[in-house]
Amino acid sequence: MVEAIRSALAEEMERDERIVLLGQDIGVNGGVFRATEGLHERFGGDRVVDMPLAEAVIVGSAVGLACSGLVPVPELQFLGFGSQAFHQIEGQVARMRFRSQGRYPMPMVIRAPFGGNVRTPELHSDAHEAKYAGAAGLKIVMPATARDAKGMLVEAIRDPDPVLFCEPLRGYRLVRDEVPDEEYTVPLGVARTAREGDDVVVIAWSAAVVVAERAAALAAEEGISAGVLDLRSLVPLDVDALCDAVARCGRAVVVHEATLTAGFGAEVAATIQEEAFWSLEAPIARVAAPDTPYPIASVEELYVPSVERVLDGIRRVVEAAP
Amino acid sequence: MITQALDQLAEPHRVLHPDGTLSDGYTPTMDDDALLEAWRMMLLSRVVDERAFSLQRQGRLGTYSSVNGEEAAVVGSAWALDPARDWVVPQYRELPAMLRQGYTLRKALQYFVGDPAGNDMGEDVKVLPYQISLASQLPHAVGLAWGLRHQGLDGVVLAYFGDGASSEGDAHEALNLAGVRRAPVVFVLKNNGWAISTPVSKQTAAASFAARAAGYGFPGELVDGNDLFAVHDATARAVARARAGEGPTLIEARTYRMGPHNTSDDHTRYVDAGDLERNRSADPIDRLRRHLSERGLVDEASEAQVRAEAKARVDAAVAEVEGAPRPGIDALFDHVYANPPARVARQREASRKPGP
Repeated sequence: MVEAIRSALAEEMERDERIVLLGQDIGVNGGVFRATEGLHERFGGDRVVDMPLAEAVIVGSAVGLACSGLVPVPELQFLGFGSQAFHQIEGQVARMRFRSQGRYPMPMVIRAPFGGNVRTPELHSDAHEAKYAGAAGLKIVMPATARDAKGMLVEAIRDPDPVLFCEPLRGYRLVRDEVPDEEYTVPLGVARTAREGDDVVVIAWSAAVVVAERAAALAAEEGISAGVLDLRSLVPLDVDALCDAVARCGRAVVVHEATLTAGFGAEVAATIQEEAFWSLEAPIARVAAPDTPYPIASVEELYVPSVERVLDGIRRVVEAAP
Repeated sequence: MITQALDQLAEPHRVLHPDGTLSDGYTPTMDDDALLEAWRMMLLSRVVDERAFSLQRQGRLGTYSSVNGEEAAVVGSAWALDPARDWVVPQYRELPAMLRQGYTLRKALQYFVGDPAGNDMGEDVKVLPYQISLASQLPHAVGLAWGLRHQGLDGVVLAYFGDGASSEGDAHEALNLAGVRRAPVVFVLKNNGWAISTPVSKQTAAASFAARAAGYGFPGELVDGNDLFAVHDATARAVARARAGEGPTLIEARTYRMGPHNTSDDHTRYVDAGDLERNRSADPIDRLRRHLSERGLVDEASEAQVRAEAKARVDAAVAEVEGAPRPGIDALFDHVYANPPARVARQREASRKPGP
């Protein structure tokens, strides 16, 4: 997946010279995960800019770059440290178009890796996507496959609205799928059916999609036909795809790495309740991290939703009866 | 790298004295036309403040923060810019600088009465919108300056903040980045002595804010913020340096907020009455008037005329804004997204229908 991200950046930078990358260690070092490897040599230090260790000014100066007419692509080394820039993302990036009545659009993409089970130190893994979902004006993209990572990153860069583009740390090396050679884009706000199924739909995004697919495969061995719906973007949310899947299956499980309380699963469940209540045959199950802080490495596999816990969620909603 | 001893920065540089006289050997760099233009703007600013307070008390205008007392700091710095290529990044107490860049009085009043359309600075007006989150504008200013230079433009960015905002992390991050990237930006820190009720002695233990510049690797200047000439000249030097690729400058303009923080504040709860009186005697408008009168450039009749014209302009803008239709429900949705999510589009549709 990391190669797909890198090639999206390179191809877009080739196409549009207004694009400037900025972030910590993204230049000479090529990024701590090598997402920008080779881009400094290819495009120079004026377009691939190593920044001081300061998230607020990485994002905040990108606002100014956008006001000057450029298309900045700031990188937060880890979404968990995005809290150091939250006021710039929520209070400035997301609102500048609205505040300025369209005079200053923010065509930027904030790239931020996140997610657990990769043995990082504390705070590196936190899944903070829901914290940003209330930032009106911002879009939130969370691809699970390499194909989507590239196609959606290109789309996000070309989109005149600001996008928080969350990349699954676990998927950087492990997720490997076919990426077309030719130029393509994947629209924002269109969910992807990752697996067909009629009994229950498992709704997930980013690295949790892989977990959901494995759980669905195990469920099939038990005679349960579990589909997987990959939301791909939380904002825009593909409400129609959600409702269609629930209408087809009547049962739903939502999976995410963030803590249960006020995770984006709550938004998904509330949306289904509002828009597809009469299709439901069982309560919606949420499989999420417990409401405790993300732990350090030795216990993190107990924390991040596992295949077993998702499978358990599937069984629960399938067996549920009044 | 320039390092300056703290004691060099403890006393503000001043060339126009409270009695209206100039320092020996000082000749103003602003010509008479520019000077009278600046004078008219300072009076206009004072008239806007008076009118806005009165309108707010009548319930016709929202919360308002006046420029009152900071006119020389704002006008002096703004007059060092070339509005055709330079930018202003305001906080929210710099209306005269925004007007000089081409923002209109009508739009300002529109914003003050609460119409979001007033925050559209206008095509080709090189000003960012008002900033309410203190110091958040400083990273923007640095990025804007960097972006201009990246595109081969020779514009300079003038960014305003205050003694209160100086304590925010964004101020540190922005000044640091400006130094690292040698961005063509001039930071004007208007030290008006107060962040609402917090005196500057509770913002910093340092003798001056200007001294901080040394820590970021660029020059700092401390000037008397009620001295139009000192502020103007320091800014002009900084702008020239920035334009020449020599990087940023931090200017501390030491002034005084002569009234409450805003229309909701009662400063008599925390400002010593004697202090306020002493500082009112340093009113930058009075100081400039003494100087201009001495030179025969203004007199009572001409000032009365300038004030009458300013009042007429403000009245016309108020009438225009109050006569305009109030923004409707679309104002909640316009400009939030270029390509709105379907969900937001549906919310917009639903909000247009009459409620149950």
